[in-house]
Amino acid sequence: MMKNCEYQQIDPRALSVLPQSAQNNTEKTVQRSRRKWEVFPGKNRFFCDGRIILPSQSGVLPLTLGLIVVTCGLFFAFDCPFLVKHLTVFIPVIGGALFVFVVFSLLRTSFTDPGILPRATPDEAADIEKQIDTSGSSTYRPPPRTKEILINQQVVKLKYCFTCKMFRPPRTSHCSLCDNCVERFDHHCPWVGNCVGKRNYRFFYSFIISLSFLTSFIFGCVITHITLRSQDGKSLVQSIQESPASVVELVICFFSIWSILGLSGFHTYLIASNLTTNEDIKGSWSSKRCAEESGNPYSYNSIITNCCATLCGPMPPSLIDRRGFLSLDEAIPAVSASEIELPPFTVKSDAHMCTQSTKDVLERMFHSYDVHGLCPPATPKTTPLDLEVSGPAAASSEPSLSAGCLPQDARQPVAPPCPPFSRSNKRRDSLHSINPAFRLASPSPSLSRTTFILGDAPDNGFIPLP
Amino acid sequence: MVETHSLQDMRQQAAVAAKVFLQRDYSNGTVCQFQSKFPSELETRIDKQQFEETMQTLNNLYAEAEKLGSQSYIEGCLACLTAYTVFLCMETHYEKVLKKIAKYIQEQNDKIYAPRGLLLTDPIERGLRVIEVTIFEDRSLTR
Repeated sequence: MMKNCEYQQIDPRALSVLPQSAQNNTEKTVQRSRRKWEVFPGKNRFFCDGRIILPSQSGVLPLTLGLIVVTCGLFFAFDCPFLVKHLTVFIPVIGGALFVFVVFSLLRTSFTDPGILPRATPDEAADIEKQIDTSGSSTYRPPPRTKEILINQQVVKLKYCFTCKMFRPPRTSHCSLCDNCVERFDHHCPWVGNCVGKRNYRFFYSFIISLSFLTSFIFGCVITHITLRSQDGKSLVQSIQESPASVVELVICFFSIWSILGLSGFHTYLIASNLTTNEDIKGSWSSKRCAEESGNPYSYNSIITNCCATLCGPMPPSLIDRRGFLSLDEAIPAVSASEIELPPFTVKSDAHMCTQSTKDVLERMFHSYDVHGLCPPATPKTTPLDLEVSGPAAASSEPSLSAGCLPQDARQPVAPPCPPFSRSNKRRDSLHSINPAFRLASPSPSLSRTTFILGDAPDNGFIPLP
Repeated sequence: MVETHSLQDMRQQAAVAAKVFLQRDYSNGTVCQFQSKFPSELETRIDKQQFEETMQTLNNLYAEAEKLGSQSYIEGCLACLTAYTVFLCMETHYEKVLKKIAKYIQEQNDKIYAPRGLLLTDPIERGLRVIEVTIFEDRSLTR
């Protein structure tokens, strides 16, 4: 009955009645307006009321920061006094400036939205489905859908993202760690603790370039320091013993320099040819596939233009509008869920073309609904409203999400159990309009619970078609 | 039968009949452009030329936002030199144009589309993926 982890097509007929545009329900104005970040479907955490965004796993960002701070701290404490005395006072000044720049760039890279694409709304997803020719039953995941388009007279294949329910724009890739489609996806960098994409690539590049300078600078200064010390008639070993911190710095810098310089060089090449790491690794535009010298349709065929476009181009805005307020119609299902009384559901079944099995589900829910179990940790995420009406089984997400059975909460109301900050969003519900067609399979009780909530009457703003 | 809910002040008792989605046009690369092909669902509601003019203006505005010119380069270099802290106090060129676009869409909705029972949704609300045109039912047909 309830098929788990299966892909289900969205029934466009059931969706079309749901108006996505702002629909004010004045009866619910007492509900606190929620910001969109609170219902963001991806695996991200938000701080400062949505101003700062981080993936749910911050990778080794603390280690990166720690290494930089410790190395610079040792440098300023142990090497600078000697060097200032023997050389020039500019050494700590330059070191300080580089350090500040590195930390700023790193934090900016980590805390910036890399270019996350919001998921398709239910109507959009249904519209796309209509255009895709699907035949056969949906008892198994259909083959990957692709669409071919021409970009600058070159054929490019766009893939369909099953999680975000849309055709990915060119150069966009879905990051399974963050569970988001990211524009101009370069790679997910664990050192930085974030994806590197369109919006933060320039910060990432300035980070690695400035870090290369910083490590080279510290390395050079430490070598100079030890050399100068040993020139005063002392042996090398003695100099090292006098300044043991320098050895630590040397070791750290020595190992970092190879990787950082290499990475900087690699990314400089990528920028000059207007490529992403993703494309380079996959060999999307390698010469064996295309006859021309440069098969990359995005390249401006001039190194300078490519560099300027990537690094100094216009800064695109964040598309996910973290701090925007949810319009009341989007917040309503959560409100209904929080209410104990359950008004009888009559409207939808008449107006919509419900399947018989859905009606059975709804009837069962009236009997088995447990109001208090709204935030079980292990309940998979489901989308509310019309999507449930169209069928009992929930759609599965991409297999990369562990067969769509991640422990996600069902929609939560005002979420009293969740802490106000740094919520792991996989525990948050995904309200329909933001996370429309992202449906994970659910066992029948929770599904029936959710669909029951959805079934809450006209308050949800359903406008049936006549 | 069912009580409908008001959408906006100018949409009292109107029901959504359909939605048309105008997808992005990637023929020139990843710059933000929308397909300006006139959708068949709108044939009865609006003049083709009017619609194409709206689309063309929108596409031009987006092109202006993403233009690689001296202004964007100066902005980029300045941002880099200030370790990107300048964006904390200044609005980027892109954001300024987006505001212009929002105003333009609002204006078009008020003057042209609303009287014909249509509503253009600002693409930024859909992640710059589509322009959503909501077609409302003809009021003379509603109860």
